[in-house]
Amino acid sequence: MSNAAPARRRSLRERIGFRERIRDRDTAVYGILILLALMFPLVSYNITEGTAWISHATRAGYWVLLAIGLNVVVGFAGLLDLGYAAFFAIGAYTYALLASPQLASSPANHAVHISFWILIFVSLMMAALFGAILGFPTLRLRGDYLAIVTLGFGEIVPQLFYNFDQWTGGINAVGLIDQPLLPAWVQGPWSGDPEFKIVSPFNFNTDPVAYYVLVCFLVAIAVVLVTNLYNSRLGRAWMAIREDEVAAAAMGINTVTTKLLAFGIGASFSGFAGAYYAADVALVSPDNFLFIVSITVLVMVVLGGMGNVSGVIIGALVMYYLIFILIPGLPEIVTGFASNVGLGSLNQSTGDWPGLGEETQRLNFIIYGGILVAVMLLRPQGLLPSRVREQELKHAAVQEEEAAIEMSHA
Amino acid sequence: MSEQPRDNILELTGLTKRFGGLVAVDNVSLHIKRGEVFALIGPNGAGKTTLFNNVTGLFRPTSGNVLFDGRDITGFKPHQVARLGIARTFQNIRLFDYMSCLDNVRVGRHVRMKAKVWDSLFKLPRERREEERVTDEAMEVLRFVGIAKHANQYARNLAYGQQRRLEIARALATEPKLLLLDEPAAGFTPQEKVELMALVKKILNRGITVFLIEHDMKVVMGISERIVVLDHGEKIAEGSPEEVRNDTKVIEAYLGKSA
Repeated sequence: MSNAAPARRRSLRERIGFRERIRDRDTAVYGILILLALMFPLVSYNITEGTAWISHATRAGYWVLLAIGLNVVVGFAGLLDLGYAAFFAIGAYTYALLASPQLASSPANHAVHISFWILIFVSLMMAALFGAILGFPTLRLRGDYLAIVTLGFGEIVPQLFYNFDQWTGGINAVGLIDQPLLPAWVQGPWSGDPEFKIVSPFNFNTDPVAYYVLVCFLVAIAVVLVTNLYNSRLGRAWMAIREDEVAAAAMGINTVTTKLLAFGIGASFSGFAGAYYAADVALVSPDNFLFIVSITVLVMVVLGGMGNVSGVIIGALVMYYLIFILIPGLPEIVTGFASNVGLGSLNQSTGDWPGLGEETQRLNFIIYGGILVAVMLLRPQGLLPSRVREQELKHAAVQEEEAAIEMSHA
Repeated sequence: MSEQPRDNILELTGLTKRFGGLVAVDNVSLHIKRGEVFALIGPNGAGKTTLFNNVTGLFRPTSGNVLFDGRDITGFKPHQVARLGIARTFQNIRLFDYMSCLDNVRVGRHVRMKAKVWDSLFKLPRERREEERVTDEAMEVLRFVGIAKHANQYARNLAYGQQRRLEIARALATEPKLLLLDEPAAGFTPQEKVELMALVKKILNRGITVFLIEHDMKVVMGISERIVVLDHGEKIAEGSPEEVRNDTKVIEAYLGKSA
């Protein structure tokens, strides 16, 4: 009896701590992200006297959307999807074809121009539909087999867009894609205008700030919806399937439809992102959806912290910075650094030596790979892991240690 | 005691399961009456768990039928079986390790919940209300098996005996009419076994029929009203604990022919 009382008190404290830690950290992360998102346009405009950074942010935005979507499939339901870019492509092409002159030169002979605000939902539905179509026959497969099938799907879809060139323009890509329209918009110092003015009607055309605001909204909506799902009947069913599929089925969860929903919902976020992407870049070609896109999104999810929505957002932002800003800018940084420390001679190309800048550029994939390996070694649970993932790895480490101790005694 | 078929919650007729050349369950027929504790015993490898798996839809019987509550459920999928009202635990505990105890039990409630994807996506009021109700119900079940204070711990971090209880709680959350317990007392101390028997009695008082596999004879003899003995997939005896204990075939199966 004397032992029972302290044990109960401790468990109560643990219980409260457990819940608060989760709640606090997410609140903090989202708070910081919202604050940064609000300040970013003004600050970056004042620093760079232009909108280059904001353009970067609008592009980082669709990676964030993709990562949030893939996290549903990989992080929540535990299904490895290596062809996620296919759904992105389907979303992008849905918007591109239905909001550009492209279909005028197709057998349909008639250009279609539907509003962005409608098509974003059509794209979402199309991607979800294809997610379900792919999922239906394949989700009986497990683990590695599912990964291979999705890999194949990811390869097939861009090829289809290549080869149905009557409709999609094939390698020539779909261009002149419509921009979203809004009845009214406010411009101000953040977009280069000296004073506030209300533009009405407003065309998004080439205004990165407008796209930035749009993508922030889309990300916010995605986060709310995904968090709702995570804390619901369906979210628990996904986790149960990830933990133990047989037990989940024995508890009355229809594993096939539940996994199908993960696939469909994950894909729909990708369709969402696709429509936004098509509008933003205004040019969609099959080359934008190759295997590397699927892998990059997967890396963002894993590196950010599988299963944790806020972690995945951070992962996507960090990876975007790494791949699209840091590594391409590295030769310049390195040559600048070399001449500053008196090693300027290294920058000259002599004989076999191509010059430091050129050499760095040639090494960019090695640097990228090296960073990934380093992060995964130092922080295998991801930058901002879900509690579950953290615990799993801790237990695995303890077990390994125990096994090693046993081995040494044997 | 009237022997109307309606009194039988589960009837197996000629149930056979073959794996290639191996006959794991061989032409077993039995019936379980509503509201009783029915035990299935037999040496290791006798086919007890295979029989459970055939009832709960994890395996499809090679031949024979499974009748639950007067309805033929042969070849139903596990989730369909669970929906109709059969819940089970597993011989090697199969909890959702990295979910809290509360969530484990709430997964058990899944099958009795109505929230659709749209309700969850937009957190509609009826979804919120259902979530609150289900959380209360899940806590109630946790209290029923006596582990409510661990509600927010990962199932992985519970002590062994508590994990067994949690598995029972998760099964009870599906509101079963028939509860299948696969070796619930395995690895228990004598004290825990007594507590388990008390828990089974409590479950029985809720109007749930209990069908258990158990090796521990004290537990089996203490709580079950009728027993079936399997050996090499065949039913070799059936009857009250008293009858089974004195059956020569049973003694042979457990102790060898010379005994």
